[in-house]
Amino acid sequence: MELLNVFIKSAFIENMILAYFIGMCSFLAVSKSVKTAIGLGVAVIFVLAITVPINWMISELVLGPNGIFKTDLTFLRFILFISSIAATVQLVEMAVEKYSPSLYNALGIFLPLITVNCAILGAALFMVAREYSFSESVVYGIGSGFGWLLAIVLLAAIREKMSYSNVPEGLRGLGMAFLLTAFLGISFMSLMGINPSVYFVK
Amino acid sequence: MAATQEVIKSEPIISFGKQEKKLIKDPLHINNPITVQILGVCSALAVTTMLKPALIMGIAVTLVTGFSNLVISLIRNTIPKQIRMIVQLVVIATLVTIVELVLKAYSFDVWKQLSVFIGLIITNCIVMGRLEAFAMANKPWPSFVDGIGNGLGYAWILIAIAGIRELFGRGALLGYKIIGPSEEFLINTSSTPLLSWYQPNGLMVLPASAMVIIAVIIWIQRSKEKSLVDIS
Repeated sequence: MELLNVFIKSAFIENMILAYFIGMCSFLAVSKSVKTAIGLGVAVIFVLAITVPINWMISELVLGPNGIFKTDLTFLRFILFISSIAATVQLVEMAVEKYSPSLYNALGIFLPLITVNCAILGAALFMVAREYSFSESVVYGIGSGFGWLLAIVLLAAIREKMSYSNVPEGLRGLGMAFLLTAFLGISFMSLMGINPSVYFVK
Repeated sequence: MAATQEVIKSEPIISFGKQEKKLIKDPLHINNPITVQILGVCSALAVTTMLKPALIMGIAVTLVTGFSNLVISLIRNTIPKQIRMIVQLVVIATLVTIVELVLKAYSFDVWKQLSVFIGLIITNCIVMGRLEAFAMANKPWPSFVDGIGNGLGYAWILIAIAGIRELFGRGALLGYKIIGPSEEFLINTSSTPLLSWYQPNGLMVLPASAMVIIAVIIWIQRSKEKSLVDIS
């Protein structure tokens, strides 16, 4: 049940965007229509679910003091993490293109964008900072990706409706997107009290 | 990221004329990375609850943008086009690692406070965006100036937000109590701090307030500068 706890925490309570503002660039740029928002969100879940466990293995088996080099190599963390993310995204893109052209058509344009999405590197760094185990890191990757999808789809839906309303000139577009994100963030704060582990203690 | 590359011709290697002044000035207002280019909102807003981490983050980002622009511009003609992203990322990651190690050595408490957000400078879109849009097409010196300018444009927004949030959220600036009742005042009422009736506003400490403050900054900026208004 520890895993469910990690999932709920990463998806709702410590939502990447609404609590930490991680991955804001693509969040603001791609949230103009619900359809593309869902495409990017699914791609983010996909990449997070793969790269977080891979980076867990890198930090435990290669960089850690108990890894293959038997020395503390944590100063190499940033370089190795970002290169492994870039390489994984490239590989995933090629694999998806080969085995599932329809999925590739849906995700294709978003995959390269994801390398520089702060959410991916951020999740890997949070995973290290919170000292998750391997199974927790898998769940954490999926959970935070799901939270990201939720936030971007919510914002995109509101922005689609927003185009019919009369917004003051200076706030149009970007300004309104920031305000909406703030309100979404406040509403997500009401989930803060949830502690799933309470219900599963036997 | 901007698709078009801005090219600037300058004859001497190091000079500080009109063009360089423009490169520093534009990102501060008309072409601000956060409020106009929407680059680099990602990692840094979470560090704006207090002024000190925001200041240090601003300095770190300015140095990283400046020097990564310089390095990439020096080697721009030798980078193969297909792997330029990886080369850029490795240069940025190296610089960020240096910044992190320096911070860890000289300012440990701030390093702890910033935790993962220093690492996130790597994926901060400002750095990548300026490399793609400017450093890949320009000489080293203008690129360096452009990087510093954009870093400063980013830093001042960060510092403004952090200042407002710390002042109204905690009644302090840089950790010194300025407004509202201080602990000392509650014990010894003979000392009277400024505006002791002020109650710190808890909402300002929440992440959402940073978004609201940015929205207000954008609103003010765009109502002054009509050319920036979003038409769509």
